[in-house]
Amino acid sequence: MTKFRLTTGIVAAGLALCATSAQAQDLLFWSTQAKPVEETQRMRDDVLSGFDQPVDYQAADEGPWITRIQAETQAGSGSIALLGGLHGDFTSVEGGLVDLDTDLDSANVVPAYAELGKLGGDGQKYVPWMQATYMMAANKQALEFLPEGADLNELTYDQLIQWAGAMAEATGGPKFGLPAGPKGLKHRFFQGYLLPSYTGGVVRTFKSAEAEEAWNKLAELWQFTTPASTNYAFMQEPLLTGEVWVAFDHTARLAEAFNQKPDDFVAFPTPKGPKGRGYMPVIAGMAIPATAPDPEASAALIDYMLSPEAQIATLRATNFFPVVDVDLPDDMPPSVKAAGEVISYTSKSEDSITALLPMGLGDAGGKFNQVYVDMFERTILGGQPIRDALDDQANALDALMKETGAPCWAPDAPSDGPCPVE
Amino acid sequence: MTTTTLTDALPAHRKRGRFAMRAAVVALLLWVLVPLWLLAVNTFSSPDAVNGFPKSLVPEFDLGSLSFFAGFQGVSRALLNSAIVALLTMIMSIGLGAPAGYALSRFDFRGKESFRLLVLMTRAFPLPLLALPLAVMFIRVGLDDSLFGLALVHTTLALPFAVLITFSLFSGIPMELEEAAWTLGCTRIGAFHKVVWPLIRPGIAASAVFAFVISWNEVFAASVLTIQNRTLTAFLLQSLDVSPMPLKFAGGFVLVVPALIFIFLVRKYLFAMWGIANR
Amino acid sequence: MLTPARIPYLLLLPATLFLCAFFLYPFVLVAIEAFTRDGTFTAQNFQTALGHWKFPAAMTNTLLLAAVVVPIQTALALLMAVLVTKMTSGRDMALYVFTIPLGISDLAAGIIWLAIFEQSGFLNSMLYHLGIIDQPGTWLGYQSKGVIFAAVVLAEVWRATAIMLVILVAGMGLIPKEYDEAAEVFGASPWKRFIRVTLPLLRPSLQTALILRVILAFEVFAVVAALGGTSLPVLMGETYHWQFALQDRGVAAAFAIVILAISIAATLVIMRALRVPKEARI
Repeated sequence: MTKFRLTTGIVAAGLALCATSAQAQDLLFWSTQAKPVEETQRMRDDVLSGFDQPVDYQAADEGPWITRIQAETQAGSGSIALLGGLHGDFTSVEGGLVDLDTDLDSANVVPAYAELGKLGGDGQKYVPWMQATYMMAANKQALEFLPEGADLNELTYDQLIQWAGAMAEATGGPKFGLPAGPKGLKHRFFQGYLLPSYTGGVVRTFKSAEAEEAWNKLAELWQFTTPASTNYAFMQEPLLTGEVWVAFDHTARLAEAFNQKPDDFVAFPTPKGPKGRGYMPVIAGMAIPATAPDPEASAALIDYMLSPEAQIATLRATNFFPVVDVDLPDDMPPSVKAAGEVISYTSKSEDSITALLPMGLGDAGGKFNQVYVDMFERTILGGQPIRDALDDQANALDALMKETGAPCWAPDAPSDGPCPVE
Repeated sequence: MTTTTLTDALPAHRKRGRFAMRAAVVALLLWVLVPLWLLAVNTFSSPDAVNGFPKSLVPEFDLGSLSFFAGFQGVSRALLNSAIVALLTMIMSIGLGAPAGYALSRFDFRGKESFRLLVLMTRAFPLPLLALPLAVMFIRVGLDDSLFGLALVHTTLALPFAVLITFSLFSGIPMELEEAAWTLGCTRIGAFHKVVWPLIRPGIAASAVFAFVISWNEVFAASVLTIQNRTLTAFLLQSLDVSPMPLKFAGGFVLVVPALIFIFLVRKYLFAMWGIANR
Repeated sequence: MLTPARIPYLLLLPATLFLCAFFLYPFVLVAIEAFTRDGTFTAQNFQTALGHWKFPAAMTNTLLLAAVVVPIQTALALLMAVLVTKMTSGRDMALYVFTIPLGISDLAAGIIWLAIFEQSGFLNSMLYHLGIIDQPGTWLGYQSKGVIFAAVVLAEVWRATAIMLVILVAGMGLIPKEYDEAAEVFGASPWKRFIRVTLPLLRPSLQTALILRVILAFEVFAVVAALGGTSLPVLMGETYHWQFALQDRGVAAAFAIVILAISIAATLVIMRALRVPKEARI
């Protein structure tokens, strides 16, 4: 037995060494996006196969993603050609990125997004790659419980609460759901939707009376929210199983529901509060690490990814929308059509309050989110008094702002110096 | 045959004992197998059934979800990589661990406890934090993105098992046995080979099983330290929890099966020679 | 020359060198991060970690889980090992089935058990088929911490009992059957024989199995995250969170050192409690 094992071992070791040297050096696209296995597959087969060099698309969790980049930066050499990630992912690895000189104007990239890619500095740290936003989705069975006179497209938070309450009463269990699990995007609901809708701000108004009201409304809504929400990452599954009838989530994280059962679900805009309708874009970008083996090939790959064809292919693959001006073909999947209608409705309505992604926080982006998540966990889940928790978390937020020196971003009014918590 | 006649001849309370024993075995078998069965049910069901309610407890034999993985680019390559890393891990952890286990059980020397503690610390410290310095080191010395490099990391994880298991087994083997062999003219090595080796084979097999499954299931280091040479786990599992339900289960199934085959192959070595096996 | 005094060190040398390179070196780097901030020595990381509002819950949950899971696993593994050795037929197969969960990673185990406990999962389906419920209820809601805890315990017992079993079976094989037979001749009951003969002789393996299992129990994470979401914080989860979400490697390292400390403390306790005196060895 030993002999057998030794021989196989030697063969294996030999194989392993050969394997390393024999493989061609594909361009490595190291990304936190398109992680679900089907999306990864489509990125490889449908999007990147059109580039003139072989590209190895690897989707990783944030942990390994960051660790790998940090390691390459520290070691001073690496194999990653191109990084893909969300705005927030890049803020944590800013130091390892080169300034890009991609011609964003001629690629027709939305200027506001191009600005975000500077991460609050002068150089273009990342180039916008694709965008998404958040919306609501409802099972058609839920519609009969809509409160009298409510318009799905102009729903208010009060009506949503009534609606959720009526569903809970009629079915015997809560049917509203939020992605409040560890990998869910609940903090974006607070930062981009709930708080701007009630307070018109995110940081300045953090502990205002309006903010207190917003959290109280959430507590009301939470009574009719399924308690399994704290396990959800993507709302498409509970919608498909029927556990949840009405849900808020990222457009890409609702896509499967519309694609698998297009006739069962409707998409509609997020609710409105006293100040209007909060609205938050999701921006994913591409960046080149300082250690990229062949920066020119990486830059060429960026140019390719911004081409209209690649942008449309990306939309089909990931349900993230283009960041450049393109005309979408008619044969888009149902999820894209559903989300597209909601987005165009929202962008036309006049009371939208655009909440941008946090800027200038450096690697404290995670701690910024944590302030809002802690609020949620302490009050809504933990039952602590809202006012006390708000004051407490406001101190944490204020300290964070002073430490990073980040000036206010929309929807908060601009500030000289760090954004104050008023 | 002989057993049945024996059982027949046994007094009533013995029979009841036998019955209780069988019942316990069956209950435990079910306890292990039912969740696995459910995994299989979801793997072999159509997406509609996986998302539906109430769920059937019998699969539909829909191969849609599984065939997705068969067509997934690079799966076979990743499978081979995983097997190679697991094998290297097995060899290295036993090669390094068994001598250490022997030394710990047979000798009293200074630093013994510190060594045991050092071995245990490797297991008690979260690997994801070590991944960064390790990756920096590997990139600098050129071990990065090699299966051998990853096997080195997996060996640190498996080594405590190898050291401690062989240690506890050597401790269970009477010193006299070895000494008897010396007096009969064997060298220390000869005694080891003729007398001790057959006895510790179960321990080596157990260490091998651990080394294999630890390496097979390790995600984090694998996804940081291998890029072009992904292992199956890094390739599939790290994105599994955000994949649609049906694929989640099919992917889990794909990962479990090779490990099951491996354990099946080595199971008989888990029994020692003179205790159970000759009963 | 090979003098007897040198032999043990020679045998330990390869493993030691290996661990120094691939564990001790990176470990020291991480430990330094735990005790420094911006290049100066400080206990601030530990203050942040221990002072965080989730720390007490994470610590309690981790310890409580280990305290509940490990004894159940020990008993179950012993039972399985004894049954396997006593079986006359089908022993290979039974042992194989018992060891199957070894091959299942914690992530996969989390997926499996979530499929059982989730609202449209197998548990509710079974209850529905049996006519006990007519509407699937929620098991793993954030308020039902008790249920989540129980589910995690079940999943962990299912997944990780095999680790102890394999070690115990290998150890049990070394116990000469003559001991057991002699005790039987003297009229000892099966239970007495187990307590007085088998257990003491099994001590080295039991010690190893317990130490390894307890250490792994302190690092429980994937199953808890799958079943409990954020409602059951554990130390390992907090370590990940600080390292990757909050991007604070110093505090994450402090958390990791806390895990290391309780692991070492537990190891020392087990070593002492199950000490194998030299003269008591076979």
